[in-house]
Amino acid sequence: MAWRIVVGLKDGVKDARGERVQRELRENLGIELESVRTLDVYTVDANLSDSEIEMAAAGPFSDPVIQNYAINRALASNFDMLIEIGFRPGVTDNPGRTAKEAIQYQTGRPFAAGEGVYTSTQYLFNGLQDKPLAEKIARDFLANGLIQRWDILSADELDPTVGVPVTVPKVSGDVAREASVRTISMEISDADLLQISRDGMLALNLEEMKRIQEHMRDPQVLEQRRALGLDAAPTDVELEALAQTWSEHCKHKIFSARIEYEDEQGNTQSIDSLFKTYIVGATDKVRENLGANDFCLSVFKDNAGVITFTDDWSVVFKVETHNSPSALDPYGGALTGIVGVNRDGMGTGMGARLIFNTDVFCFASPFMTDELPPRLLHPRRIFEGVVEGVEHGGNKSGIPTVNGSLVFDERFAGKPLVYCGTASLMPRELHGKPGHEKKVQVGDHIVMTGGRIGKDGIHGATFSSEELHEGSPVTAVQIGDPITQKKMFDFLLIARDRGLYNSITDNGAGGLSSSVGEMAEDTGGFEMHLDRAPLKYPGLSPWEILISEAQERMTLAVPPEKLSEFIELAAEMDVEASDLGTFTDSGYFHCFYQGKTVSCLSMEFLHKGVPQLVIPAKWDKPAVSEPEFPMPEDLGSELKSLLGRLNICSKESVVRRYDHEVQAGTIIKPLVGVVNDGPSDAAVYRPLFDSWAGVVVAHGICPAYSDIDTYHMMACAIDEGLRNYVAVGGDITHVAGLDNFCWCDPVESEKTPDGRYKAAQLVRANQALYDYCVAFGVPLISGKDSMKNDYQIGDRKISIPPTVLFSVIGRMDDIRKAVSMDVKRPGDLVYLLGETRDELGGSEYYAQHSALGASVPQVDAESALKRYRTVNDAQQEGLIASCHDLSDGGLGVALAESAFAGGYGMDIDLAAVATATTLRDDKLLFSESQSRLLVTVKPLHREAFEQLFAGQFCSLIGAVTETPELVVKGSAGAPIVQLGNADLKEAWQATLREM
Amino acid sequence: MTSKAVKALVIAGNGTNCEREVAHACKLAGAEATIAHISELIAGRVKLADYHFLNLAGGFLDGDDLGSAKAGANRLLYARVAAGGASLADQLKAFVAEGKLVMGVCNGFQLMVKMGLLPDLDGDGRQSCTLTFNDGGRFEDRWCLLKADPQSPCIYTRGLDGLYLPVRHGEGKFVAESVATLDQLESAHLTVLKYADSELQPTMVYPANPNGSQNCIAGICDASGRLFGLMPHPEAFVHRTQHPRWTREELPEEGAGLALYRNAVDFIRTDLL
Repeated sequence: MAWRIVVGLKDGVKDARGERVQRELRENLGIELESVRTLDVYTVDANLSDSEIEMAAAGPFSDPVIQNYAINRALASNFDMLIEIGFRPGVTDNPGRTAKEAIQYQTGRPFAAGEGVYTSTQYLFNGLQDKPLAEKIARDFLANGLIQRWDILSADELDPTVGVPVTVPKVSGDVAREASVRTISMEISDADLLQISRDGMLALNLEEMKRIQEHMRDPQVLEQRRALGLDAAPTDVELEALAQTWSEHCKHKIFSARIEYEDEQGNTQSIDSLFKTYIVGATDKVRENLGANDFCLSVFKDNAGVITFTDDWSVVFKVETHNSPSALDPYGGALTGIVGVNRDGMGTGMGARLIFNTDVFCFASPFMTDELPPRLLHPRRIFEGVVEGVEHGGNKSGIPTVNGSLVFDERFAGKPLVYCGTASLMPRELHGKPGHEKKVQVGDHIVMTGGRIGKDGIHGATFSSEELHEGSPVTAVQIGDPITQKKMFDFLLIARDRGLYNSITDNGAGGLSSSVGEMAEDTGGFEMHLDRAPLKYPGLSPWEILISEAQERMTLAVPPEKLSEFIELAAEMDVEASDLGTFTDSGYFHCFYQGKTVSCLSMEFLHKGVPQLVIPAKWDKPAVSEPEFPMPEDLGSELKSLLGRLNICSKESVVRRYDHEVQAGTIIKPLVGVVNDGPSDAAVYRPLFDSWAGVVVAHGICPAYSDIDTYHMMACAIDEGLRNYVAVGGDITHVAGLDNFCWCDPVESEKTPDGRYKAAQLVRANQALYDYCVAFGVPLISGKDSMKNDYQIGDRKISIPPTVLFSVIGRMDDIRKAVSMDVKRPGDLVYLLGETRDELGGSEYYAQHSALGASVPQVDAESALKRYRTVNDAQQEGLIASCHDLSDGGLGVALAESAFAGGYGMDIDLAAVATATTLRDDKLLFSESQSRLLVTVKPLHREAFEQLFAGQFCSLIGAVTETPELVVKGSAGAPIVQLGNADLKEAWQATLREM
Repeated sequence: MTSKAVKALVIAGNGTNCEREVAHACKLAGAEATIAHISELIAGRVKLADYHFLNLAGGFLDGDDLGSAKAGANRLLYARVAAGGASLADQLKAFVAEGKLVMGVCNGFQLMVKMGLLPDLDGDGRQSCTLTFNDGGRFEDRWCLLKADPQSPCIYTRGLDGLYLPVRHGEGKFVAESVATLDQLESAHLTVLKYADSELQPTMVYPANPNGSQNCIAGICDASGRLFGLMPHPEAFVHRTQHPRWTREELPEEGAGLALYRNAVDFIRTDLL
């Protein structure tokens, strides 16, 4: 039978969770309530005695100091309305799983199949009488209808002797029916082929469907199929495997397409794969130029890129996006994003220990007041959910989040961008072989380890290959479980060091279909028994088992002689590991269910059969112009407004929610300065207790420039990443890049009439990527693209601005030479490195004046590289006291941030700023010209410092002062800004303080 | 120099996160440090009896799904050890009875309190205090000043006046079951560390007191002074470059958190070897 154990706080104990809900209801929905209290509910569906339930309630489920509990009766009293929120059947319920384990420890008896514990939360409201309003609170705020269900009871509807009626959210299904395999005839009209693709969420286009049709008609193929008991019609298992393998998400069809590009002068060019031409092309060129100094170990071919770090260790880095799932379920989507990219590190080479995370989010303003189109969540909910998801994913995994950004643009209401990155540390050599290499051998067992398979995340790969539309599936949402994954990683590192496997990869998009399919490319085939995979609940059909994206799973190739040792170690460490079959050299993607063949696809066709897309692209310069407005009278108030803008203001409220110091290696933290609240440019991380070597990580992202020219957007993102990296002391000669493209659909169609322009924007960004990576000597080691970031329902379409996150990772020899951005002491000299130009197109200052402008910043890589090398030299000699990059808001913002972070003032003279042409004071202050750094230097080091920068743009523009006040003299000699640090800092901190 | 080694054990697994840096701190303090996965204890291959200094490291045991460290405490109380070995609960009782040392940091502190190891005022292992959600309702990472009680029996804080360490928790608010319990803790000087303001005076004001703990309590010990738990992370500050302001302040090479481990190792050398 099922019990309900309700746990609540004793009288007088503060209910922080309830108070937060009350506060957020007031702020989000404008609903004033007297009070909100919360209770935890455990629904236990298992064969247990009354005393065992009592023991669970009194033991692990409640805290005797602050809580009391009730079993099968109401604990709630003195309320007006009760809302209870629980999960829908089949949704990952982490506390439920932990609760089940706790009871098993107490009783010493395992639960029987089908028994379980399900958790829910009760909210008790006072001052809420109106049921429809309660329904609105549940639907729009407390719950996400995709994954949660709710009950609403008014006080008179609750029988205190019974409590809320028991609901057991158990997955039910007709096991016999679900387990069957269907075949789908391809001998049908084109329209019907497309219908099959649409109905089945396959996201295959007509040409791809016809390619499958043609393949199945091949007499040789047919003969071979008949021998195995199959016929000309593919099974649902086969069609799903093809759809997943050929999805945009997995195959990157747009980056592999042939692009017919025409530039503004009408010159045409045929580009055979942007990826090969510009991304791989750049890396090849950079590595050739580096010659003996090449530090790349593994690029593009694995789940993450690998570069050298010390003689014994290498560094692995990958950044992923998880945009579409985060749009539907911000918490689950983002949590899965972070724990998913964690698996990329573990699944690279022979596996690596995770050392830190990075995260960058792009949202619409959380304060947006516009009416939202259907199916979109309010940006504030997305903000809250994503931040909390990454918080739980990162913190509970014990991985510090050391670097990140929040970027705002109203178009991200259509699709938020959620970038999650993870770096890991890998032994250079393992069992006499390079740690970054792996190879499956014929006869190795296919072993899946970690979590179980459920219906979660089915069609995630094909779903994220489409725009967000009416029929976007609920099953595409997954919820990660950091603890199951952490237990698995603890186990895998031991298994790795004992040499128990030959290869490893993660189960992400496409599930087993993708992981086993890709690993089997080493041997040329596999045989897998889908019925041997452990399931969360019965009732999954074979194709669902194959492509489920249920989380926390890795696939390994385990040699037969190590199999029992591997499985035993897993069992001892309480990790599930299942032998699903073997890798072969048969040439076939061969799956069985209960002994019967359910798929037999040629590996060759599966991996190479997808037809190449042809995409037209035409670049027409957008009609943009510079705004004309008189110089504002009060530049101080302009500066304060800029500091409070979403793209510039302090993100401390988010940063503090992330553990950025666990593992004890974060040397330059995200927050620095006299009271630990200044904004760091980059992070320095010391991963080894016996070495002073540090990993340095930073990033650049500037979608605002895309509206003028994506070529310069890309160049600026690269430069921003590198100047942040150099600012803290990163070695410019040992740094790699990762590109994460997030685009709106660039393929011309009825839905996308401006596809040619969007495709041309993509081409131009790639051209800049090549040009600047080669010029800076920065190899690209990994990356990802997400190409369908549009919202389309009815006639409402929202496309995100083309956005590239350019992450950089490298090293510094000695972390003790790292530099932070806060000014250090009065009397230090203030230098501006680099040239200031009339470049305010796409700037925050123009945006503040409701203008875009045309003069987008352009990067001079040659002079920038020379500057960055010289900054490194000055850091090595200990000449630099503080160093801060100039980006959004230009010089004015950088001055204010460095001053208030350090707790001292600055006396600055704009007349001393090096410029190409004469600039108005507001432009001098707020231009976003690239490659500039603000540096303070002890007077003692003046000569040495100036000598190093002889012949470069190095302007002495003022000094640090004792009085905490920023004084900027304009070109006419009179002060144009004179503001106290406290005033500036308040403007900078107020905007997101309460988020 | 003593010829016998001080042996420190750090238990890992099921969601601990800080075992490596805790082991490193033990090593720097002069101990031999072993990190053992909980499964090795349950398998009976690792026994508490072979060590002097047990470290319960920070993390999220079982995700803190049932409340911080609740499920972890339940496991230590009930898990059976393979091949008829003494249960973990019994091993721990014997370990404590022999006068050996236990230090719990963050999730380890939560674990000790919820297992009834701390403060154990009546010697019956009953839970009398707890650590619950921060008043702010959120996880926070920030550095805090801590005032040490010079009259405390705590062997770890001997000779210390103040400390500056990071807290990184969502459930760090210390609550005692009654005013009487709180008074008993105070009068016995078991409230070893308190969140303090810039004058090193105990404070209830946020953010210097990051979670709203009763009586500003950041760490407590048992009457023997050998069992000690604290929310701040001493293992996170063993070198000056871990300090948030090391780029702007003159600091000793060694971080202040290491003193706690040195005191533990010195105590074992003097009293247990």
